[in-house]
Amino acid sequence: MKPYRSDALQTIGLILNGRERSARATPRMLLSDFLRHALGATGVHVGCEHGVCGACTVQVDGVPARSCLMLAVQAEGRSIETVEGLNRDCAVELTDLQQAFKDHHALQCGFCTAGILMSSDAYLRQEPCPDEAQLRDMLSGHLCRCTGYTNIVQALQAVVAQRNGIKKEEDENVRSGS
Amino acid sequence: MKPSAFDYVRADRVQDIFDAFGHYGAEARILAGGQSLMAMVNYRLARPKALVDISRCAELDYMHVRDGHLVVGAAVTQARVQQREALAREVPLLHLAFPYISHFQIRSRGTVCGSIAHADPSAELPLCLAALQGSVVLRSKSGRRTLAADAFFTGMLMTAIEDGEFIEEVRFPLAAEGHRYRFDEVALRRGDFAIVSLAVVASASDVALTIGGVADRPVTRRWPRSVAGDLPAALAAFAWDLQAQSDPHVSAAYRRHLVRTLGQRLITEVLDETVS
Repeated sequence: MKPYRSDALQTIGLILNGRERSARATPRMLLSDFLRHALGATGVHVGCEHGVCGACTVQVDGVPARSCLMLAVQAEGRSIETVEGLNRDCAVELTDLQQAFKDHHALQCGFCTAGILMSSDAYLRQEPCPDEAQLRDMLSGHLCRCTGYTNIVQALQAVVAQRNGIKKEEDENVRSGS
Repeated sequence: MKPSAFDYVRADRVQDIFDAFGHYGAEARILAGGQSLMAMVNYRLARPKALVDISRCAELDYMHVRDGHLVVGAAVTQARVQQREALAREVPLLHLAFPYISHFQIRSRGTVCGSIAHADPSAELPLCLAALQGSVVLRSKSGRRTLAADAFFTGMLMTAIEDGEFIEEVRFPLAAEGHRYRFDEVALRRGDFAIVSLAVVASASDVALTIGGVADRPVTRRWPRSVAGDLPAALAAFAWDLQAQSDPHVSAAYRRHLVRTLGQRLITEVLDETVS
């Protein structure tokens, strides 16, 4: 057993959006604060700080997690994705998910948006073809006080339709041998 | 809010947990998924001297079927159990209850054993464990003891865990031949704390209703199937016995109302189904 002392700064190394990063923190530092203040990932928004609002949701090894309910020390060696890294493998500025949010006016003040994008990105990997009820159920883990959610649901439905359309087209091409 | 200061121990092995208990005594708290404990730590409702993080402990990261039970180790997240392909067949009640457990983003990190250890009277997993008469395995330096769910939950946020012990695994009995299961819940918002949650287990001879969110722990009442004719009176008596409390959101009378009406609905449904 090697305890990290409460008053001692530890060097925490992790992978943030594909890049190795490190900074120092005491055990009580929340991952949300570590990402924002130590690593500059200010796309992580801090709302309620007790896991309810969802604004600080990031992906830890590809799985959505409230960064306010995790300690920075717990993220040591983990791969963390924040909204800053969403378009990393994307040739254009915005991913299809982000573009759909823009097109459908799925945000107003934008405070909740980064968390919703990180949740949705992970959710659509797990469930590529959800219906409206499933999308609303997933969105129940986020609070948005501007949109009333309808535009967010529409943006997500558009992404689902587009992605599955492309898949269908490809599958048909494979079948027809073209 | 921000947590008060604490030491942090990453328990890569079970031995690390015992070492931490030896060093910090009762002031060490086990941190698994942190979806309840970290909120309390952020609010400073909990001010542990040390947090012992078991989320990466490979020895506690297992889930399997053994001796008629689905056995879930302390490091296993709720999402992993929910995504288990055979869950609907193995433990139908869990399959029915999972969508009500908080949110997708919380289940991804929250653990099954952590929810059992937290023992929130409105939480779904303690309710399911009690309804199925499952058990909890407590491990300490000197060995293991297995407690039935009813003996494990001792009150609001209170359990039979003693100093120096932690939950190693919980065991949910597999679906029994001919048994039927139902779950329902009323909350203010999707994924919010239950105002009333209900689990029904019907066998060939009797029907049991377990209620969460009303008393200080999940409470079960069992009747012979012949109760069907006299169900409203039986449910009314049960609802009173739960000693419902009023809170700023809901009155005690409304809680009793939900126990009666939803209890009636679920039990009638399940008795009709097993007869046909």
